[in-house]
Amino acid sequence: MYAQMIKTASDGIKSRDEMSDEERTFQDKIDADIKIEPKDWMPEDYRRTLIRQIGQHAHSEVVGQLPEGNWITRAPTLERKAILLAKVQDEAGHGLYLYSAAETLGVSRDELVEMLLSGKMKYSSIFNYPTLNWADIGAVGWLVDGAAIINQVALQRTSYGPYSRAMIRICKEESFHARQGYHAIMAMAFGTPEQKKMAQDAVNRLWFPALMMFGPSDKDSVHSEQSMAWKIKIKTNDELRQQFVDQTVPQILYLGLDLPDPNIQWNEERGHYDFSDPDWSEFFNVIKGNGPCNTDRLAARRKAWDDGQWVRDGLLAHSRKKAAARMAAE
Amino acid sequence: MKNEWPLWEIFIRGQHGMSHRHVGSLHAPDAAMAIKNARDVYTRRNEGVSIWVVEAQHVAASSPSDKGPLYEPSESKVYRHPTFFDIPEEVGAM
Repeated sequence: MYAQMIKTASDGIKSRDEMSDEERTFQDKIDADIKIEPKDWMPEDYRRTLIRQIGQHAHSEVVGQLPEGNWITRAPTLERKAILLAKVQDEAGHGLYLYSAAETLGVSRDELVEMLLSGKMKYSSIFNYPTLNWADIGAVGWLVDGAAIINQVALQRTSYGPYSRAMIRICKEESFHARQGYHAIMAMAFGTPEQKKMAQDAVNRLWFPALMMFGPSDKDSVHSEQSMAWKIKIKTNDELRQQFVDQTVPQILYLGLDLPDPNIQWNEERGHYDFSDPDWSEFFNVIKGNGPCNTDRLAARRKAWDDGQWVRDGLLAHSRKKAAARMAAE
Repeated sequence: MKNEWPLWEIFIRGQHGMSHRHVGSLHAPDAAMAIKNARDVYTRRNEGVSIWVVEAQHVAASSPSDKGPLYEPSESKVYRHPTFFDIPEEVGAM
């Protein structure tokens, strides 16, 4: 999941009686699973919340390229390098699909990028953790993209048409990401004792940050009710987190690695694994900008944006000049 | 003038013999770059054999509020479908 802690723009859920005719028609469509399309009427708060959510999601895809890009030149084999390159390229594409979806709501991509660079908009907390070695790259693909898939599969059913279509496209590509990551970790877990130790260390370090990707626990997640009613959010943070744990624990066991949390235990009664909460104070601290890599990530994005300015301007000037010359010739 | 690259709508022909279908949009300074970017973004997994790009501002769209007058009239014209007509079995395939 790439959007977390989205503040819903709303003063609380309205009852049907409090709704205007337009609002009622809108809510009826959502309840009947009819997608909302860009030119349809929508409440201003729905539009604003979606821009925040899709924008944050897009920023996460783009910033998410940084921790992995860090290892492209140092991949252990040419094949792993080509795979990682393809994966990181996919993330750029995912960012683009999502920016396009957000743009249908009346915000421009440049405006969104400026809000990221000025710190007004966030990206997922997970990308503020470093990738220290090659095992982390495998673990990121497997755990981080694995967590993202769980959220994004649910979001395929989201009420906003362009967002839903972007999610469907992204999910198709994302399972490559998780599988290549697990494949890379398998090679290490079944490799030399040193490699296995690295795999274990990566799982230990990334487990809780991955759990944080789903956002705060439901009891602290004040704004989700309206987003659920609008079907911008499909499942609660805790439901998604549980699904991730249930899916991932057997995958850890298959690798012969130790579980990263001593409290992980199958609960027969619930039919789910029990597990420890992440340290939420750490989560809020990272969101506030104090994670291990927040400063580096934003600095890298700002540098890329500033360094690319002359290219954007130059190509635009060139196309305007050519268009003017064509007009003159006609 | 705003210095943002214009938005292009992208259409891809998935296979020979099929029509182009809308797959999404992207920003590019001109049509040639839009095609190059579309190739990178939308055909990385063999999704296409041909690309069309159209600047988004040139797309005219029907209004959602016209849905009734535009599409409802066809609902009452079931005779436009072949299954409306019962043809006796003896006549054979038709």
